[in-house]
Amino acid sequence: MAMTNAAVHDLVQRGYEHGFVTAIEQDTLPPGLGEETVRAISARKGEPGWMLDWRLKAYRHWLSMEEPAWSSVHYPKIDYQAISYYSAPRTKDAPKSLDDIDPELLRTYEKLGIPLEEQKALSGVAVDAVFDSVSVATTFREQLAEAGVIFCSMSEAIREHPGLVQRYLGSVVPHTDNFFAALNSAVFSDGTFVYVPAGVRCPMELSTYFRINAAKTGQFERTLIVAEAGAYVSYLEGCTAPQRDENQLHAAVVELVALDDAQIKYSTVQNWYPGDAEGRGGIYNFVTKRGDCRGARSKISWTQVETGSAITWKYPSCILRGDGSAGEFYSVALTKGRQQADTGTKMIHIGRDTRSTIVSKGISAGEGRNAYRGLVRIAQRAENARNHTQCDSLLLGDRCAAHTFPYVEVKNPSAQVEHEATTSKISEDQLFYCRSRGLSAEDAVGMIVNGFCREVFQELPMEFAVEAQKLLSLSLEGTVG
Amino acid sequence: MLSIKDLKASVDGKEILRGLDLEVKTGEVHAIMGPNGSGKSTLAHVLAGREGYEVTGGSVELDGRNLVALSPEERAHLGVFLAMQYPVELPGVNNSVFLRTALNAIRKARGEAELDAAAFLRLMREKLKLVDLREDLLKRAVNAGFSGGEKKRNEIFQMALLEPRLAILDETDSGLDIDALRIVADGVNALRSPDRAMIVVTHYQRLLDYIEPDCVHVLAGGRIVRSGDKSLALELEEKGYGWITGEAA
Repeated sequence: MAMTNAAVHDLVQRGYEHGFVTAIEQDTLPPGLGEETVRAISARKGEPGWMLDWRLKAYRHWLSMEEPAWSSVHYPKIDYQAISYYSAPRTKDAPKSLDDIDPELLRTYEKLGIPLEEQKALSGVAVDAVFDSVSVATTFREQLAEAGVIFCSMSEAIREHPGLVQRYLGSVVPHTDNFFAALNSAVFSDGTFVYVPAGVRCPMELSTYFRINAAKTGQFERTLIVAEAGAYVSYLEGCTAPQRDENQLHAAVVELVALDDAQIKYSTVQNWYPGDAEGRGGIYNFVTKRGDCRGARSKISWTQVETGSAITWKYPSCILRGDGSAGEFYSVALTKGRQQADTGTKMIHIGRDTRSTIVSKGISAGEGRNAYRGLVRIAQRAENARNHTQCDSLLLGDRCAAHTFPYVEVKNPSAQVEHEATTSKISEDQLFYCRSRGLSAEDAVGMIVNGFCREVFQELPMEFAVEAQKLLSLSLEGTVG
Repeated sequence: MLSIKDLKASVDGKEILRGLDLEVKTGEVHAIMGPNGSGKSTLAHVLAGREGYEVTGGSVELDGRNLVALSPEERAHLGVFLAMQYPVELPGVNNSVFLRTALNAIRKARGEAELDAAAFLRLMREKLKLVDLREDLLKRAVNAGFSGGEKKRNEIFQMALLEPRLAILDETDSGLDIDALRIVADGVNALRSPDRAMIVVTHYQRLLDYIEPDCVHVLAGGRIVRSGDKSLALELEEKGYGWITGEAA
């Protein structure tokens, strides 16, 4: 243990010579939000003037906006002046060692087989190092560079690739889009930038080391992925291990741009700290995610497995602008304890012959509240648009809730829109059947729920599908009986 | 091996089994017959430990262990297997994954090493031959979209794989055509073993043309009212249940 700590210490001292993670700032801005805050953030990141201007424009717009209240989630009013908008990833308030961490969380790490050092990073213990992945990261970067793929932090992209950032940032989710997107645009801390040039198939899943870094990307994350004509990229964010964070409010923005014949596959495994049994201290995950199928025959596919956070409020969406473009949304959202989720998607059909598929699986246990909210809009000129929506809810116990709010707007008579919805409980027969074959009640529920989610899991990259199944079973522990 | 003494059980407060006695030795096959509502299926479920079937008196011992207080999975670990009359569907749950998980849960509970995927696949292929089940059914979800006959054969296949000490077949013959019945019976016969006991619950004598029981019991009014050898089944076929249940009443 002591030796490991020493090794980690060494790594920290060495700093991030391989550069994926930007240098760690040691300071924290005092709580409060004003123009000075925005300027201070931009200055600390050494940003060019155009970036500061963009942030300020967003901030001024944000001031004119009202916090939305239309969702089905409930939370105490957020005091935006009480939040610190820039903090080094590890504040002095960070736990000193794993001894200070909720034992329940540690038990979960153990079950997921997370290495000790990764446990520290995930739980926010004040140790900072890209353990075990430095050489791997270098290899990856070389391989990506060879293919012409840019994969770096947003801060680095602003410095190194200003033309691309200026061209695409805010082009899918403008700073005026919504309250939280405006806030993010003003104060975003960092995030990820991916650019895949025309005709290039990204040679790897962009996930492997990002998941380790993900714990540090902070409160107001900004992600931008651009796939040029004929490009393909698969990106995975998040991590099956529960992540703890000092920051309660997470308002990320993710923008995807797919040009002609390009394909972007974006997978999320979200397992932020849901809070204790009473829901205290959990993360509010209020995210704006949108993909723009700008080119003809382009395709954007969202897959999400949401098991964490006290509140999940997000609608990864697709704007099907290009003729023949396609959007997909596959979602598993699990709420238990006091967790709340209001999630779904928007499929905006603008181009001709556009197709969209929505498969949503909501699981509620304990006193969890789960809402699917989705919009399918077929614009006037979207000839021959097609949508299929399947929306299934599974209830465990009798104190949880599931709601479905499907909105369908069709302005073109040639559209075909289908909506299927089911709500079910795990039957006594199913449970008994499994148990009579030797499975414990918990394993039986895990297996049945995983079966319920299979259509979504099979959309995940292989290794994550396996982890997601494990995660789901683990999340269900204690919800039986 | 299995010893049931004065077993009483109720469902929803209604007493169904009213003092049932049954002794089954290893290697034996016992048939339980009886009219509808006599308690045959209740007995099968009580033995497997289904919730909602409340044992209100008596005892059930398997190899000297009292089963009554045990959960369904604990009974499975001790070697109890119930082939169900209506096997349920588990949408999205892959059949072979389900079976491997079940087998390994049982092996683990017994302190045996778990089987890896390759070893399990070999075992599965070997057992498949017993029931003439297509291998591709194992890649599908458990019982989902299976025909009635396939579901029953899948039950026998599971039994072959889990190698129970006590197998209970609850009206496995119901809904089967004669070919499927023969396949199921062949599977059951292949699984007869000196280390295993079987209880075959059936309404009709037909199944017993293919599975020859060592003993036949007639259940009526929650008790065993008559026991005999296989000729009892033939007699029942001829005379119906009335002459026995009438006696018992």
